[in-house]
Amino acid sequence: MMRHVVIAIVVILFGLVFARMVGGYVELSALRPLAEQYVTLAPVELGTPNIITGILITYRGFDTLGEVAVLFMVAASVGLLLKKDDAPAKAKAASTKAIPAKASATKPVVPKTAAARAAAARTAAAKANAGARGSAQTAVAVTSAKVAESAEDDETAPREASEIVRTGTEVLLPLIFTFGAYVIVNGHLSAGGGFQGGAIVASGVMLMLLARPGSALNVAMLSIIESFAGVFYVGLGILGLVLAGGFLDPRFLPIGTFGAFISAGAIPLISALLGIKVGAELSVIIDRFRS
Amino acid sequence: MLEFLLLLVCASILTAGFLAVCLKNVLAAMVASGLASLFAAVSFLLLAAPDVAMAEAAIGSGLATFIFLYAIRKTGNGKG
Repeated sequence: MMRHVVIAIVVILFGLVFARMVGGYVELSALRPLAEQYVTLAPVELGTPNIITGILITYRGFDTLGEVAVLFMVAASVGLLLKKDDAPAKAKAASTKAIPAKASATKPVVPKTAAARAAAARTAAAKANAGARGSAQTAVAVTSAKVAESAEDDETAPREASEIVRTGTEVLLPLIFTFGAYVIVNGHLSAGGGFQGGAIVASGVMLMLLARPGSALNVAMLSIIESFAGVFYVGLGILGLVLAGGFLDPRFLPIGTFGAFISAGAIPLISALLGIKVGAELSVIIDRFRS
Repeated sequence: MLEFLLLLVCASILTAGFLAVCLKNVLAAMVASGLASLFAAVSFLLLAAPDVAMAEAAIGSGLATFIFLYAIRKTGNGKG
């Protein structure tokens, strides 16, 4: 009862806050001074047709760096919490399974589990080799061992995705990755940028992992790529501090013609590094949750 | 026309959010919360903020939903 009263009070307070916000809302007819400064100066100073990316990477570059640092911390803590420590446990389970299987192989009883059958077939194959029996029998034993082994693999592997998901992934995955790369490298020209493109690439990785539950992501490689992207990002920021106006100032490279693909100083470079970093981080987070 | 469309999308966000809170089936609630994110992305697009819409569509309705999916699977479909 007490709890419900507290919840009701909290909801009413939130309602009051939002009611005040809605009541005092007036549609802005002109830009605020700071926004006007950004909108008029960004195309001139930075040469970015997409003002948003110019603001995010240059004027608010430090905030973007902080955002990426937060994401890095999230990836690190998720990796710490969901550490993959089930590899030794799996090996132990497999060895305990194999012992009764070997014992049953000597008897004429048909083993029940796939793992036991595999072990039985393997011992049968070994026996056939040692006793130098008919070659045909050996071949049969070896093939039965192989079949049983594949059955054993299926037991540990997760369930396959449906035909529709697999085929759809094969069609869509190249498109998603290409679109992500397009969004990343065209961040200074059209809507998007490193963060958005990285998220799109990571959602493509997610689709791939959904369609092939058994596949493994090279997390170590992704971590190295991500760390280097972060180091280069900060390095570009320091270059801006030394060669241009301040930390993360992209104007140490020529601004070029307005609207060209290679223009806007170092903004495309920073955007690409941001995209790689965000994509790798989100992929690692998904992979951690999947296992 | 735009205002009507926006109202429709906002109503959809509210409905999806309400469903996400009220549905007893955890999986269905997860899909409803993803839908709320997707409608939010559409509303951002209608309000001329494609940059935010992209991030919201990819992270809010894509990645977050599937992280929930994995979390639900790990915790035994929300029962245990």
